[in-house]
Amino acid sequence: MSDKIPVTVLTGYLGAGKTTLLNRILSEPHGKKYAVIVNEFGEIGIDNDLVVGADEEVFEMNNGCICCTVRGDLIRIIDGLMKRKGKFDAIIVETTGLADPAPVAQTFFMDQDVGERARLDAVVTVADAKYLTQRLKDAPEAKNQIAFADVIILNKTDLVTVAELDAVEATIRMLNPAAKLHRTTKCALPIADVLDRNAFDLDRILEIEPDFLEEGHHHHHADDIRSMSFEIRGDVDPDKFMPWIQELTQVQGPDILRCKGILAFKNEPKRFVFQGVHMILDGDLQRDWRNDEARVSRAVFIGRNLDRDAIRKGFFATAA
Amino acid sequence: MTVTAPVSLTQHVAELEAGEHVIAAAWLGAVPALALSDGAVMVGAQDDQSRVDVHGAAGLLTAVAVGGHLFTGGGDGRVCSIDAHGQMKELARDARGGWIDAIAATPAGAVAFSVGKRVTARDEKGVLKQFEAPSTAQGLAFAPKGYRLAIAHYNGAALWFPNTSTPTQLLEWKGAHLDATISPDGRFVVTSMQENALHGWRLAAKPTDKVAHMRMSGYPAKTRSFSWSHDGNWLATSGAEAVIIWPFQGDGPMGKAPRECGVRRAKVTQVTFHPGAYVIAAGYEDGCILLLRLTDGSELLARPAVKGSGITALSWDRPGKRLLFGCADGQAGLLTLPA
Repeated sequence: MSDKIPVTVLTGYLGAGKTTLLNRILSEPHGKKYAVIVNEFGEIGIDNDLVVGADEEVFEMNNGCICCTVRGDLIRIIDGLMKRKGKFDAIIVETTGLADPAPVAQTFFMDQDVGERARLDAVVTVADAKYLTQRLKDAPEAKNQIAFADVIILNKTDLVTVAELDAVEATIRMLNPAAKLHRTTKCALPIADVLDRNAFDLDRILEIEPDFLEEGHHHHHADDIRSMSFEIRGDVDPDKFMPWIQELTQVQGPDILRCKGILAFKNEPKRFVFQGVHMILDGDLQRDWRNDEARVSRAVFIGRNLDRDAIRKGFFATAA
Repeated sequence: MTVTAPVSLTQHVAELEAGEHVIAAAWLGAVPALALSDGAVMVGAQDDQSRVDVHGAAGLLTAVAVGGHLFTGGGDGRVCSIDAHGQMKELARDARGGWIDAIAATPAGAVAFSVGKRVTARDEKGVLKQFEAPSTAQGLAFAPKGYRLAIAHYNGAALWFPNTSTPTQLLEWKGAHLDATISPDGRFVVTSMQENALHGWRLAAKPTDKVAHMRMSGYPAKTRSFSWSHDGNWLATSGAEAVIIWPFQGDGPMGKAPRECGVRRAKVTQVTFHPGAYVIAAGYEDGCILLLRLTDGSELLARPAVKGSGITALSWDRPGKRLLFGCADGQAGLLTLPA
């Protein structure tokens, strides 16, 4: 395991319960020390020397790529914190309710100094079971946060009926079928479900579910965020796949929030795993395919304005 | 031509135990001082050494030494000065207790610091003036003459005159600017950038002149340390696997190639020009320190590579006879050049 400091990003629309979750993490007797980067001082009820105020400054990188944005304040704060290595075990970044998680995530891949010393562990989104459906209609930020998440905490479940809860979970699943979802009241859940998830570690991408909501996709509007997953029952030709995925993420990167895949490459005993944030792609060969495993190639894309048929066609054309 | 072993100065280094990541190395007159990430400043060396707790558990974030004083900024929002006797004085305090992001000072004792966008200048009489930058003020540098401050921020730099009604001059260039420096003759403002490059502006000599831009790129990493030669003719920079030295004679470095000294398979993290000669002390990410002569590129070894002990601070004393250094793992040392 690397000695990079894990960083957990907490997102969620205003009032969903981010601060409740943060206070819970900080107050439990886990014996760990967290440095916390917050936007509003004073909300945290815990004494902690390592609480730092951030101002969510988003910088565009001068590389001609409009989606390549980083959080300048985060670069500076992590640089400062790393000079005090050993004083804390992990970093938690709480974003404002209106924040886009992408620049936060991209900071860990685009900034060399940050990437060498810290690793993005997971994006955790807290959602309000009662109001999420409404927020998804009127707040694009809320939709982004759900679509981007690795872990979704569907909170305040005591304020809705079981039927309402199932409905909101189904809505979430249309946006993001891959995230781990936990139903909670007052954000009560084991901290291990939130921290140390290694969601961006290629070695931890174990399974990609087939698209169980395939039938529902026609209800989406074209400008909506949606997820799509595809499966090739067999091998993929890397000489076809690599140029295709690179071009797709270059051209449609601004609209692709997240992508992930596990592929069987022709004549390759190991699984190829990739994941991406907008235009940033990361991929590597992982463990061997097991004998009891079918060699199938699956990929998931979450984004807006994505042409499902074109992506499906493009992906299937890479079959070996 | 004769082949000789590289000359080593390592036997002239006295080790110092700082114990914490060294933020800055400084000389308070003839007394060495190390600013440490745990909020303390170590004043003196060997038997005559004391630790002054300046910022406590909130930590010390940034420090600069000018005119016999060390000015420090902390995670507690305080700005303090420490003298050669270890006397500490609080100069200013951010109302909201935010992190001090950058600090600069003049030999006369004026100090400037930033917290987010808020820049505060405190002149030598203690008069405070404030300026709000368009975005976070990441780097500050005083001009050598006049009470004038360069402020590096997103999409450019500002030249602010805290005590006059002269309007702030905005120097624009797209991108995130990190640290700032002004040439000893006051003609050039140079910033380091998020995109592994430097940007320079040649300031107008007359109001009718245009500001000229200089783009210095090609670095594999960010430049976080730069140093002017004593005559202002050269600017040494970190961020590559060699010290990159830009010529600033005449109109500046445009169209001229920079010099490269001390090429190694490790990135340079700290550079500092000798106060009276064309000699650069260069610290590397792997802990090595070399003294490099600009005229012929000759090298002297001051510290071999030490795992995990990257160089984070370097400072020559005023006569240029002693070099103080500090490292990421809390090691430090004092090189005394043989007579």
